[in-house]
Amino acid sequence: MAAPVLRWSCPARRWILANIDRGPRHGRGSPTGSRSSGKRGQSSVAQQPLATAQKPRKGEHQWAAVVGLEIHAQISSNSKLFSGSQVHFAAPPNSLVSFFDASLPGTLPVLNRRCVEAAVMTGLALNCHINKKSLFDRKHYFYADLPAGYQITQQRLPIAVKGSLAYSVFVGKNRNQVINKTVRIKQIQLEQDSGKSLHDDLRSQTLIDLNRAGVGLLEVVLEPDMSCGEEAATAVRELQLILQALGTSQANMADYEIQRQIEELENGGEILNETRSFDCKLGCTVPMRDKEGKQDYRFIPEPNLPPLLLYDSASLPAGADPQQVINIDQLREQLPELPRVTREKLVQQYGMLPEHSFTLLNEVGLLEFFQNVMKETRAEPKRVTSWVLNTFLGFLKQQNLAVSESPVTPSALAELLNLLDQKTISSAAAKKVFEELWRSGGKTPAQIVSEKRLELMQDQEALEELCQATMEKHPQVVMDLKKGNPRAINKLIGLVRKATLNRADPTVIKEMLERQLSS
Amino acid sequence: MLGRTLREVSVALKQGQITPTELCQECLSLIKKTKFLNAYITVSEEVALKQAEESEERYKKGHSLGELDGIPVAVKDNFSTTGIKTTCASNMLKGYVPPYNATVVQKLLDQGALLMGKTNLDEFAMGSGSTDGVFGPVKNPWSYSKQYREKKKQKPHGENEDTNWLITGGSSGGSAAAVSAFTCFAALGSDTGGSTRNPAALCGVVGLKPTYGLVSRHGLIPLVNSMDVPGILTRCVDDAATVLGVLAGHDCKDSTTVQDPVKSFILPSLTDVSKLCIGIPKEYLVPELSSEVQSLWSKAAKLFESEGAKVIEVSLPHTSYSIVCYHVLCTSEVASNMARFDGLEYGHRCDINVSTEAMYAATRREGFNDVVRGRILSGNFFLLKENYENYFIKAQKVRRLIANDFVNVFNSGVDVLLTPTTLSEAVPYVEFIKEDNRTRSAQGDIFTQAVNMAGLPAVSVPMALSNQGLPIGLQFIGRAFCDQQLLTVAKWFEKQVQFPIIQLQEIMGDCSSVFENDLASVSLKQ
Repeated sequence: MAAPVLRWSCPARRWILANIDRGPRHGRGSPTGSRSSGKRGQSSVAQQPLATAQKPRKGEHQWAAVVGLEIHAQISSNSKLFSGSQVHFAAPPNSLVSFFDASLPGTLPVLNRRCVEAAVMTGLALNCHINKKSLFDRKHYFYADLPAGYQITQQRLPIAVKGSLAYSVFVGKNRNQVINKTVRIKQIQLEQDSGKSLHDDLRSQTLIDLNRAGVGLLEVVLEPDMSCGEEAATAVRELQLILQALGTSQANMADYEIQRQIEELENGGEILNETRSFDCKLGCTVPMRDKEGKQDYRFIPEPNLPPLLLYDSASLPAGADPQQVINIDQLREQLPELPRVTREKLVQQYGMLPEHSFTLLNEVGLLEFFQNVMKETRAEPKRVTSWVLNTFLGFLKQQNLAVSESPVTPSALAELLNLLDQKTISSAAAKKVFEELWRSGGKTPAQIVSEKRLELMQDQEALEELCQATMEKHPQVVMDLKKGNPRAINKLIGLVRKATLNRADPTVIKEMLERQLSS
Repeated sequence: MLGRTLREVSVALKQGQITPTELCQECLSLIKKTKFLNAYITVSEEVALKQAEESEERYKKGHSLGELDGIPVAVKDNFSTTGIKTTCASNMLKGYVPPYNATVVQKLLDQGALLMGKTNLDEFAMGSGSTDGVFGPVKNPWSYSKQYREKKKQKPHGENEDTNWLITGGSSGGSAAAVSAFTCFAALGSDTGGSTRNPAALCGVVGLKPTYGLVSRHGLIPLVNSMDVPGILTRCVDDAATVLGVLAGHDCKDSTTVQDPVKSFILPSLTDVSKLCIGIPKEYLVPELSSEVQSLWSKAAKLFESEGAKVIEVSLPHTSYSIVCYHVLCTSEVASNMARFDGLEYGHRCDINVSTEAMYAATRREGFNDVVRGRILSGNFFLLKENYENYFIKAQKVRRLIANDFVNVFNSGVDVLLTPTTLSEAVPYVEFIKEDNRTRSAQGDIFTQAVNMAGLPAVSVPMALSNQGLPIGLQFIGRAFCDQQLLTVAKWFEKQVQFPIIQLQEIMGDCSSVFENDLASVSLKQ
């Protein structure tokens, strides 16, 4: 038992071993093992056998986490991987099922070009070697939502191999120190999704919905190069952003798995090698089906699909029908800007802090929102960044809304920031206007400013008078000031602002007060 | 009229000597008369008559769709047919009505063919006798032929005729019997290890297994996907070529069909065979080969030789491994293909509902016969992780060697190989069932299954009657995608041997009039 491997000095934390390797690993940070060829986990996280063998009691051991992931991302495609059925979320049950999806005898798979392109693009974006020849295999298990009794996948020769995914974690007190990390990609394979089983415990029935059966998935296998849940989560988030940028997947996924395993182990439980799926409603993962060693998937080459051949510009056969061939080089040219580059551009173009560029990209739609505000405002990028990341995002988070659900449009925020920039309103007033915009959509910032009389006092004479009057009313404060307490002026400024209903610029007030005092 | 070939009757239809409806009704009546053969599982009388009516309209307007318009055909019951039960002769699919047509069925219908019904087979096409289906065995029409009966009578101890009927061979025995007994002019079979050629030889008809990838498998309920090919059974080689011309070509629903455009399958009448090189594989001379078949085989070789063809002995050294290799590959794919029959989406479902697993087990236990279950069991054994390398991978490698044997022979200049199709003529059912299905299949496929491993085209052509008055067929094997060349040679051979027409007058009673049209009365203008 290679127990020493488990220990490393991180007294505050304990992680379970999470590793998709089933064999023992020989030292942290040097992932030598590869998954045994036959055994497949669909799960995002599995553990080392060592973890269960230890039977730790709470607080007794320290654990090193070794995280490898198999990520299943649904390919954005109008139709399924091997049939012409449409792909729609939340369609009526069993309304998107072709004869092939229902495994009617005699039906044959026909590969969807779009799914192949998505896999190639993803492979290219993840620095993979694209296999010009890849193969499909059948993976057998009996399950009610798997109509054919097997899933078509790419076990032996997947479409892309040996890539890498760069991601960044933030450390330090303010979490503003960037550490760049890389996780190796073992392979990317195309495979079919299964249907859904809906268990009706009351009537002890299981209902099957085959709408999802046969939808194309990209399985991205990350080598166990990550050492904690946070790293894994960050890597997955980065992958998600890449897939979304490519448009190859909506990439909606979550990972609650590591925490569950930690708790399980700390409670002295055993972790079985099982596939767990994430249940959004419960907010936890739930066991899918028994994946313990006894399961033998009896892989066999899929005889109804010839090898998938891809070409590059050099190997493209002359006179080939463009509809029938896929040119890797052509897809490479079509690759959009990847998140890493987008972030670098933000830092360069706007002088933004790196962590701000991450936040902008991490919220769906936030970058676009920011860019749209930038288009319409004269305000400084720094101010816009601050408003978008602090005020705007703060409001969204507080109300648990997505950017797309925001009641404040980019134009409205841009106009508001213009008012601020022109010193028509104060920062404090701007916050009020923003709150008002959020509450009562439809009104423009200018309307709100005028209705609520929030514009800065432009009448200098009136302001002078207010300053004079305030000083007269508070001789004690003036005295303090004259005695050499410079902070006393703040009290006066505050009093004047209060008298103006916060409509005066404090710097202007300060100037006036100082002038009057010295006169 | 029914005794004619497809092309002859097609001419008769065009010339108005008979209408599609009349032709259809004659076939239906004959199907009823020969019901005891058990050739058909389902007779689609209404469908056929409606199609005949439509065909008749087209002929009236002079818009016939082609040579198949109005021609009665039958389809093996492992091809999907819209609205018509497709059972695979299994309890598992009893009552299953597919919502779509197999591509080959659709192509026949698009040409105006009349679908008479679905023919009998071994359960899921697993067998070589057409004896192991849930609807019972198919009887060989030659059991009731004048030729066979006369020979029988000469024997001192007249056996009971009712129990002494002969098997058709299989697994497409229903299709072979249907064509042989004149109930249709062409029938679809399937051929995985010889399932079309074997019954064709035993029933005295032409059985064509086209090159793998030439004809779509979409809608053919699979046995072994990598070897299955829709087969064609007809009464003459030209008819097989005609049907192949309709069926061949790329199908976007079957990714294993070739994309190259298909050339014509019209066969020239060969007059000179002197440029041909015929290969005789020496490994096919096995001890089990009956002396009669062996002597006909030699006779055929001599026939080619005497007409100037080069006839040489060739070697296919890996032939003897074919049977065991096929066993591993076939059962492995069967195990996989049969996984879908779980009682959930279609077909048989048992009454047990304590758990999904229990339901699966009982459904499959009730749905499949012993042969199918046995193959599923062995296949799953071969695919186990610890066995995969030792069995499946090895068998695949042997398959490659077998395929290369053929490549080498054809590269050496051989145009066509000439072999027996079966070890002997048809045997009585009572004899046949003494052996188990596995042994019988191994024997039945001995000359045919290597061709499926290599994906080559092959055709069985009836040559002569045995001493017992039963048909014996020989097999021609061609180069991949040289189906036309293969059939051209077969056509020449067919013309030389003049295989006799089956004489079924006795059992068909008043139907015998249908055979009286002698072939010469039809002018064949080509």
